[in-house]
Amino acid sequence: MSLKNEGSNALKESQVQTVKTENDNHPAVSPKKKKKKAHGLLAVEIGAVLAAILFFGVPFYFVIVNSFKTSGEAAAMNLSWPNAFQAIENYREVLTLNDGIVLRAFMNSTIITLGAIITLIIVCSMAGFVLQRRPGLSKKLNYVILAGLMIPPSIVPTIWVLQSIGLFKTMPGIIFLESALHFSFATLLYTAFVATIPKELDEAALIDGCGPFSLFFRIIFPLLKPVTSTVIVLSSIQIYNDFENMLYFFPGADNATVQLTLYNFTGLYGTSYHLLFADVIMISIPPLILFIFFNKKIVAGMTAGAVKG
Amino acid sequence: MINSKKMYPLYFLLPAGIIYSVFFLLPTGMSFFYSMTWWTLDDWEFIGFDNFIQFFQEPSLRIGFRNTLIFAFTTMGGKVIIGLLLAVFLCSKIRNKNFLRSVVFFPVLLSTIAVGITFKTMMHPTTGLINTALAKIGITGPNWLGDPSIALLSVAMTDIWKGVGIATVIFIAGIMAIPNHYYEALKIDGGNAFQGFWHVTLPLSRPALNTVIILALIGGLRTFDLVWAMTGGGPGFSTDLLASIVYKQYAGGFYGLATAGNVLLFLFVGLIAFPIFKFLNRKEVDL
Repeated sequence: MSLKNEGSNALKESQVQTVKTENDNHPAVSPKKKKKKAHGLLAVEIGAVLAAILFFGVPFYFVIVNSFKTSGEAAAMNLSWPNAFQAIENYREVLTLNDGIVLRAFMNSTIITLGAIITLIIVCSMAGFVLQRRPGLSKKLNYVILAGLMIPPSIVPTIWVLQSIGLFKTMPGIIFLESALHFSFATLLYTAFVATIPKELDEAALIDGCGPFSLFFRIIFPLLKPVTSTVIVLSSIQIYNDFENMLYFFPGADNATVQLTLYNFTGLYGTSYHLLFADVIMISIPPLILFIFFNKKIVAGMTAGAVKG
Repeated sequence: MINSKKMYPLYFLLPAGIIYSVFFLLPTGMSFFYSMTWWTLDDWEFIGFDNFIQFFQEPSLRIGFRNTLIFAFTTMGGKVIIGLLLAVFLCSKIRNKNFLRSVVFFPVLLSTIAVGITFKTMMHPTTGLINTALAKIGITGPNWLGDPSIALLSVAMTDIWKGVGIATVIFIAGIMAIPNHYYEALKIDGGNAFQGFWHVTLPLSRPALNTVIILALIGGLRTFDLVWAMTGGGPGFSTDLLASIVYKQYAGGFYGLATAGNVLLFLFVGLIAFPIFKFLNRKEVDL
């Protein structure tokens, strides 16, 4: 999320972190009026939960309940509970359809996401480390890196480059491409976070006889854990959910990724909403699991390195 | 003293530099040249600015600029206002805030295509969930995606629904970083909750605000997936954004024209986002 990164932010960052911990509860209400406000607050809370259910819960319920119906019932597009409950049949049909294209897509998406995330973590943390530590370097390269956040990839020339080096429609090709497209975001996060690690640590390591590699991989890299978690969650969700780049740079039935299976569906099965929604549910599970594991880290990582970067 | 050349070697930048240059910078540089050609990937012919002229002359292509602007600023405004209000609310002393935070963030995790398809069914003029609900309270809902005058706004509303969670999280991070003593000082001076919001929360969450504005704006200017899933650019060209026009030209085999569209999109993003980015950073308030 960082759009500005300068070494001088080191001090501010560390302040932000210490302040955050002692400031979790907000003092918007004065103590005198507390009791009087308690009833009003309860009403507001109930209202908020109801609004959340209406705006966010209903669409989910709609998708889930329709993925349990028969094709005829699902076509009515309503919220009613299924008369004929055929959840297992629907989900099995989605998985076995077209020689198991959905399973293949799951495999492809997983490999691409894992490959790109591992690449990103290694190369961007190394780059972020040196960019922050070498005086003036990040300032010099700032616009080159920011360009990656702003500029949309130029499609046809990218295909041409991929073809020329023999990586078009290949797994390494799409992994490198996704890494390149998420490079700026991850590097900016790492650069901002490295600023919070005191340079004295490097000096101590130097005295103990560390070279650049052991300094980085044994001392600095483990300290980057919070920001690595942020990169894992945000980038892997984006890469897993990427539709546009897969459409352009990874075409073909063998190369199907989870997002494209939604399309193979509508194309083949015009109005088979029950199967479509079953697919929607299935492909939403991996990001959900990731979110459950990293939920708390998202805000923490952003506060640490991103917003104030 | 550390010898930075030795301890922070430039070859650490090499892996990232190679990947970024080969797969992003190089094609971006090439796009300027190929946007001025008639291109089949195997062969090209230099035609000067003809592709760009065609872009500005054909109404079906030109409409992309207007739509992209409307879409980007509508969704940015929606995400800023709703996200900020949600964040203030979710930082207050309510009991269910962790649950509500997760609920608001959840759509961010979902695939844009899945969200687009789901909302497309819910926005169906007769059988769709939204109009059925409106009919129950006596309102005849519009044809959300079929009426050219509101289709773009319907897509924008869906985009706000999906993306407001990330704005909210950024605002929450910003608000939580505001030191307590500002609120205490305000309380001593007899300020109320609204004044706290107006004079403390708002100015001091400026960095978060800047981040949200820039991210939402760039995201909006580049949107492709959602339009593709919901309308495919229709009815007519009423929801075609620059990115979806680029795709149509690419799918039609007009590689030079698609590349020109890409260059225009790139310049468009730069011309709009860059000055705003500069302006926002200049006015940033330090904590």
